[in-house]
Amino acid sequence: MSHPKRAEIFTRDAERTTWHDETLWFVRQKRDKAVYAVPEFQELRELASQIKTHTLSRLADYLEQFEAQAKANGVHVHWASNAEEHNAIVLDIIRQQNATSIVKSKSMLTEECHLNPYLLRHGVEIVDTDLGERIVQLRQESPSHLVLPAIHLKKEDVGATFFKHLGTAEGEVDPQVLTEAARQHLRARFLAAEVAISGVNFAIAETGSVVVCTNEGNADLAVNLARVHIASMGIEKLIPRLSDLSVFTRLLARSATGQPATTYTSHFSRPAAGKELHVILVDNGRTQQLGRPDFRASLKCIRCGACMNTCPVYRRSGGHSYDFTVPGPIGAILSPNIDMRQHASLPFASTLCGSCTDVCPVKIDIHTQLYKWRQVIAAADEIPASKKWSMRLLSRVLARPAMYELGGKFARTSLRFVPHALTHAPGYNPWAIARELPEPPPQSFREWFKQTNPKP
Amino acid sequence: MKVALFIPCYVDQFYPQVGIATYQLLEKLGIQAEFPQKQTCCGQPMANSGCEQDAIPVYHHFVDTFQGYDYVVAPAGSCVYHVRKHFNIIEQTPAVQHVRETTYDLIDFITTILGVTKIPGEFRHKVGLHLSCHGQRGLHQANESEMTPVRDGHLRRLLKSLEGIELTELDRNDECCGFGGTFCVSEAAISARMGQDRVQDHLRNGTRVLTGGDMSCLMHLEGIVRRQKLPMRVMHAAEILNGTIL
Repeated sequence: MSHPKRAEIFTRDAERTTWHDETLWFVRQKRDKAVYAVPEFQELRELASQIKTHTLSRLADYLEQFEAQAKANGVHVHWASNAEEHNAIVLDIIRQQNATSIVKSKSMLTEECHLNPYLLRHGVEIVDTDLGERIVQLRQESPSHLVLPAIHLKKEDVGATFFKHLGTAEGEVDPQVLTEAARQHLRARFLAAEVAISGVNFAIAETGSVVVCTNEGNADLAVNLARVHIASMGIEKLIPRLSDLSVFTRLLARSATGQPATTYTSHFSRPAAGKELHVILVDNGRTQQLGRPDFRASLKCIRCGACMNTCPVYRRSGGHSYDFTVPGPIGAILSPNIDMRQHASLPFASTLCGSCTDVCPVKIDIHTQLYKWRQVIAAADEIPASKKWSMRLLSRVLARPAMYELGGKFARTSLRFVPHALTHAPGYNPWAIARELPEPPPQSFREWFKQTNPKP
Repeated sequence: MKVALFIPCYVDQFYPQVGIATYQLLEKLGIQAEFPQKQTCCGQPMANSGCEQDAIPVYHHFVDTFQGYDYVVAPAGSCVYHVRKHFNIIEQTPAVQHVRETTYDLIDFITTILGVTKIPGEFRHKVGLHLSCHGQRGLHQANESEMTPVRDGHLRRLLKSLEGIELTELDRNDECCGFGGTFCVSEAAISARMGQDRVQDHLRNGTRVLTGGDMSCLMHLEGIVRRQKLPMRVMHAAEILNGTIL
């Protein structure tokens, strides 16, 4: 199913669409307020963009520096070229530990690798500890947003889910009560956990340490209680020096939620005494994207979700309409790299309004990349045939003034004489489902001009 | 100063009054614009659909049509943005470079090239200004809410100079209207919903005349206003400005 189809289904519930739009617009406004309060915000964006561009330009060197430094700190470093390898490494570590209680804090990479279903197939159950992630896990759904994984759900939905899975009272919708139920439910999992898996927000080449940013503190609780900490990271998470980090921490939370910083910014450099720290460096299509000059900059992304909150299409179509781990504008430029045919409609799910590019804290030219993916997708013949041929025909007409004039006249005349019910027939004219066509004037501008300015 | 009018295809065919207002407004400001009859379109519909290669003959035709002028002026920021930004895929001959650099949106041309900051006349209505994304974020005609809370821009200032005008304060000053070229039919549901939300913002805040510098957004919004039979008139800014100068 393509994005327009899934989006159309989402919009059928007009009230819910309004609610979804307004909720995320509220987050965008919080972001604006935080951004306006930092006079040097645009300079910070530029600096962050340059640091990331530099890092990507010599990624191999920085990765090796990171590996050497991390190993010197007593960290186990693993390399995974794809999702399958990543998942096998995780399973292997779990088996070596004979572990049965596994918890995970927020990690979009493990979502991307479909780690949970993989481990389940191998008889290992894993509990997500981020509240939003846990909610969607209980519902067997995927996150619909990078930062707010359950933003597609209302408190009534959460109440129903918790009634079914956590034994809260039927019809309970008080956020305080529901959160407390989740807290008690998760507390037992935290205490029992033998292995804790986390994502990584930043990895520092200079120190060999990884940095995890959360608001709930679930990552800290999990990894400090468990015997083994597995930190999974995409190779693009790297930054060169510890001193570069503050540029990003200042941008990340402001862009994501309007907070000055995330509640917890935790540095993991070495395992505590008697414990193990594993870092898995995952490629999974990233070097391929790095090899595409037009799309390379998409790897600068720090997963703040600001482009989703600002995107007028995302807000009205929901994260699941993208059918990709990373939804929204950034997902629409990352997904064709993974499977162009499957995600062919995503770069077209945009008006190219450019707001995503303007909020991006690392200045990814998102809307330009959307435009460029469209060219690549059309060249690979992955656009609908009707579009392809109509555009070809249009080109013929528009390169020939006489044909254009005739065609325009024909269209205007037809519109004036064909009955409204026919020109606005819902099955044939998608424009007319919610809109009137322009009133066709008797005379075009050029006809008027010729009449008023006769050639001497 | 040799100025050519570029009246985009859909304006030519469906909104001749906007072309006429543009022509007359320039005339009142001392510019006798020419209208090269062989002009057609900037090629954006094909290019935004991914068919940039099909648009190349149209790009060449555009350059061929307009290369002999000092300036090309169009009442449509989106088309201008396309010429400026996306004509980069054809060979950058001096003619191509000249056309790309000298193609202007009408409002930009009036304010930055002609230096006009005030329009004499009055317009006693509550006017809602719709900012076109390509004009605002593409051509930087107006401040972006992503950067600053200050709501300012070329067209806003020109409109404010009219006597008796009241500008609507919108809840969302610069959200996209959802037209998006072929997006309006390929993603019809979202496009319509975006347009309806934009129109509601204007309605809620008292707009009686909805205006802007880009007729493509306005065509889409007008389609919604007329379908919903709302008490709101949609006019291109050129029509307002031209109408106030006698």
